[in-house]
Amino acid sequence: MSSTLDARGMSCPEPVLLTLNKLKELQKGELRVLVDTDTSRENVMRAAQSQGWTVKEVKTAESGYELLLGKQ
Amino acid sequence: MGLQNIFSGRWGIIAAGILIGILAPLLQYYGNPGNMGVCAICFVRDTAGAMGLHRAAPVQYVRPEIIGFVLGALIAAYWNKEFRPRSGSAPIVRFFLGISAAIGGLVFLGCPWRGVFRLAGGDGNALWGMGGFVTGIALGTVFLRRGYTLGRNQQSCAAVGWLIPAMMLGLLALIVLFPPIAGQTQSGVLWYSLEGPGAKHAPLLFSLGAGLFIGVIAQRSRFCTMGAFRDLILFRQFHLFSGIAALFAAALVINLVLGQFHPGFAGQPIAHTLSFWNFSGMVVAGLAFALAGGCPGRQLFLSGEGDADAGVFVLGMLAGAALSHNWGLASTPSGIGPNGMAGVIIAFIFCLIVGLSMRESTKS
Repeated sequence: MSSTLDARGMSCPEPVLLTLNKLKELQKGELRVLVDTDTSRENVMRAAQSQGWTVKEVKTAESGYELLLGKQ
Repeated sequence: MGLQNIFSGRWGIIAAGILIGILAPLLQYYGNPGNMGVCAICFVRDTAGAMGLHRAAPVQYVRPEIIGFVLGALIAAYWNKEFRPRSGSAPIVRFFLGISAAIGGLVFLGCPWRGVFRLAGGDGNALWGMGGFVTGIALGTVFLRRGYTLGRNQQSCAAVGWLIPAMMLGLLALIVLFPPIAGQTQSGVLWYSLEGPGAKHAPLLFSLGAGLFIGVIAQRSRFCTMGAFRDLILFRQFHLFSGIAALFAAALVINLVLGQFHPGFAGQPIAHTLSFWNFSGMVVAGLAFALAGGCPGRQLFLSGEGDADAGVFVLGMLAGAALSHNWGLASTPSGIGPNGMAGVIIAFIFCLIVGLSMRESTKS
């Protein structure tokens, strides 16, 4: 059901820029974001939280992290 | 979560800023050039001189701080399992962005770190430089909003991520093998300055130790002077900015304590008073950093954690610094170089073309 955004391999600030655009588009619900560096993981989490989204899950994936963001 | 990084929070980045802000004026106090406790571009330029890539006699010294930045970030990245060899995001564009950044930075005479340290030392000319820097970043955010991208990188083999750290280990070995000889400009394969900024340096172990320490905390906190202003403009986010604000405040206090604060415009150390060119040089540098995704310090730290594209940018800065001095593009305290204007204009046009043309939709 939730949409997925693949931000792996992108330089700063593209993962955050794409995530924020997607969150704006979705307004609420769930978004899965794939990132491959710890910097991107921290940046995406910080940006999502600043928009009132919560980080529901952080999974370590083979090529980085899979973040599950949500907003009621 | 087991992923907690104490430096990634608000207080972590502020602590990193304070620590760097204390260390840099101390490096100056113990021998580094005026308002140049730490300067990524100037130090890469001095290193290029020591390697003989340019032959400007006053700026030849392998700066141990630069070696420390990369190796400190390498150690922090390995320690925290964050070393990730990666490359392939338009490296040749990044090389030329590195050249452009060095050309612009050397017209102003400093990277953004030095811009802040110059301000904290009372150098009013740095207001123009920092104004240009922020303007260049603002221009970069316009391109980012329009979908500018250098494309994705790919995970790669360890050797790819190790090349720049290995080069730094090699430079360290050269310093040990060929230390400065009193009154001589050459020691083995290395060149040294007998006078000028290249002759001013803190003791080797202090410089190296401070560089390693900064490399570690900057890698952990993701400290970036360009990102500080970019995130403020693009996302109204103060996170990275609070780090650079803390750095400025700490450096100002330490300079006041050490008697290194001298407010004014004329006669500032390693600075000129041509406001327009201080501004324009840093517009180019700021734009180049924004397009490459990091300030020169950040590019060095990224090189240490396996980002070979950042490594290519660093090599671009090395080449750009060499060209700047060989071709008379770099400024001196008496003003801009004979070809400085041409350098700034060409580098600016190059950055504009990159910003306009590199988009997801223009890939063929």
